[in-house]
Amino acid sequence: MDFRRFLMEKTQFKWPYPVNYEKENREECDVLVVGGGLAGAFAAINAAKKGARVIVTDKGAIVRSGCAGTGIDHWGNAFTSPCSTNTPDDMLTSPGDPYSPEFARYIGMKESYEAALELESYGMAIRDEKDEFKGAPFRDEETKLMFAYDYKNKHTLRLPGGEQMKPVLYKEMKRLGIKMFDRVMTTSLLTEDGKQGGRVIGATGVNTRTGEFYVFSAKSTILSTGKPLRLWDFATELVGSNAHHDDPNSAGDGDVMAWRAGAKLMMMDRTHSTSAGRRYPAYMTGNMDNTWRPASIVDATGKEIPWEDRDGNILTSVEERNKVGEGQKMMSAGGSKVPYAMRAPTLIHDLQQRIESGEYKMPFYADMTNLPDEERRAVFGLMLGNEGKTKVPVVETLRNSGFDPEKDMLQANVLPPEYMGKDEPWWDVKYPGIGGPNIRDTSFIGGGGLVVDWSLKTSLDGLYAAGNQIAGFSGASNAAATGRYAGRNAAVAAGKVEQLPVSEEQIAEEKKRVYAFVQRQEGYGWKEIQFGLCRIMQDYCGDYRSGEVMEMGLWWLNSIRENELANAVAANPHDLGKILDVDNRLTVDQIVITQSLSRKASSPRMGTVRLDYPENGDNCGYYQTLRQENGETVVEELPFYYWREEGSCREAYEKHCCL
Amino acid sequence: MYNAYFLPSPMTPNECITFDPEKCIGCNTCVDVCRCDVLMPNPEKGKEPIVMYPDECWFCGACVSDCPKGACRLNHPVNQRIAWKRKETGEIFRVKYSYMK
Repeated sequence: MDFRRFLMEKTQFKWPYPVNYEKENREECDVLVVGGGLAGAFAAINAAKKGARVIVTDKGAIVRSGCAGTGIDHWGNAFTSPCSTNTPDDMLTSPGDPYSPEFARYIGMKESYEAALELESYGMAIRDEKDEFKGAPFRDEETKLMFAYDYKNKHTLRLPGGEQMKPVLYKEMKRLGIKMFDRVMTTSLLTEDGKQGGRVIGATGVNTRTGEFYVFSAKSTILSTGKPLRLWDFATELVGSNAHHDDPNSAGDGDVMAWRAGAKLMMMDRTHSTSAGRRYPAYMTGNMDNTWRPASIVDATGKEIPWEDRDGNILTSVEERNKVGEGQKMMSAGGSKVPYAMRAPTLIHDLQQRIESGEYKMPFYADMTNLPDEERRAVFGLMLGNEGKTKVPVVETLRNSGFDPEKDMLQANVLPPEYMGKDEPWWDVKYPGIGGPNIRDTSFIGGGGLVVDWSLKTSLDGLYAAGNQIAGFSGASNAAATGRYAGRNAAVAAGKVEQLPVSEEQIAEEKKRVYAFVQRQEGYGWKEIQFGLCRIMQDYCGDYRSGEVMEMGLWWLNSIRENELANAVAANPHDLGKILDVDNRLTVDQIVITQSLSRKASSPRMGTVRLDYPENGDNCGYYQTLRQENGETVVEELPFYYWREEGSCREAYEKHCCL
Repeated sequence: MYNAYFLPSPMTPNECITFDPEKCIGCNTCVDVCRCDVLMPNPEKGKEPIVMYPDECWFCGACVSDCPKGACRLNHPVNQRIAWKRKETGEIFRVKYSYMK
């Protein structure tokens, strides 16, 4: 008898919530929003404002759920603010980047600032109303708006009330009478007549506290779930906060539900190498990029490491670290790997060689003691104090331990010179191979997802996508903007259709799948299976791939589904949610391998090396899409920039924005 | 008193969230804001929650942010703690919690 079984029988404490497996709750609405993070909250509010009856479901607690649940320090793409020197149309580039959805970015640029104003109207501070930064070079004295990084072009807002973003949205959702279901994990989409590829008419869910079942009927459904993560590396046990940047609830639920319903996905094989648990808490080690810009970096002997501009000229003042080049429209974090047009000032380009020659000695430290007071307060208070993963984890922890940014220099983690010399956030440790070979992850930035059109409708009628769920798309302000836009479109579409009856057969089948795990007394726990799946992805879909190897990977995944997963056991509704996560990750694994297998080319943009197809296929001119029809996988081609068939971004936006 | 309990090995990390029992009123706000449902209500009403699934904690700090009594503390695992140097004196300090020297 294993100890869990022993404890199940002997423990005197019962599960703290009433348990009612199989009990059905039926709900009806115009617009169902699956995932109540930033995209979902904005979608729900904007659908409700269009007159729709709205339901939001979330695995977590909506008041704090999603990647931005505990806050956001900066808000990108505010190109319609009165301070921005560029308009959204100025920022469209020709010919563009086929792997970055220009239409979704355009929606982001058009509505990011509008979303910030919306937050302000719900009570969140977006301006320096308290005049704490009066006269600072990053503050616009008239509007009291404050900007990060690029102080000239002014399109990334610093948010003095960012920490309260989700509570403020939550309050507004309540005020609008939106029905919210916390701890309800959505498990499947319901389709017309229960057919794959049919119109989406609702969803099923299970409550991970009570085990109760939910059937939601809806005229429109919006998927605003996260990207699938932790497919190659699932070490909850030793890595703590460094595990991954995204919400751990991101198991790919949205992708899997859409896949099972027959929707088109693309770019699902986009991955990058990752740290395998070598990270430190985000932004908690000394660093000069991103949020820490413009901190000085000094070496172990106190010698300061110079900064240079994008042309290699040494900078002599702190002020220049936030300065773009002549005619430059924007700057992006990431140092020298960023294209010249967006490259920001950073540390000297030959830092690696100068560490190797002994000129600079590790460990390094981020030194803010000599920064202008407002810059120091901006980094350590305004920014780190509002970002969700840094307010308590970094600022409160360091302050409570006695750290004083006016006197102390925060140590940078020690890494090989090659990595220290790159302009990456050092805490991130995203250095190829540092976590061991074959440790990859789906891309946090620009990863795969659903194929959508200018209405943010997927390939299935009745199904929309927002935020991270859109293929190739990411970012907080982008999530808010596309949430607004998808919410309006879904509400307008819902007004034009009748509610279709759900398929009882489809519901019965889903209940059977979900509850099988709580009917066994002994079997595999979710973690062991998850670790096993990670091993399959590492070995059969790692840094180097080939047809035979990936076919073997698919064989393994099928076998694990039929054997270990078919014998998995959940001890309670919480455990059930976890095993359903594993089931979803297994399906995402299958999608990732299938996409990579059918690409038949290496792809630097997707991070894929095919030993059997070494040639670069990135300029093939089309996206490869995947969908299921009658349970079989269908691979199709979709031309690059398919969204341009609707004309210019401005024309298409005006036609579809529902404003 | 020496320990000899019939228990499995501790999970890692196992001290991610700690409570000050003097301050905690058992309102379970932290239980309800946690995205991962790491915390469970104490079977004894009015007492601090049980950290049931510490290995699933994302260290987002919502429990600390939203605690009305300041009773809740987030502790990074031992392998996640960092040091700093006081510029003027060269002294080295580190992330520490109240029980540490």
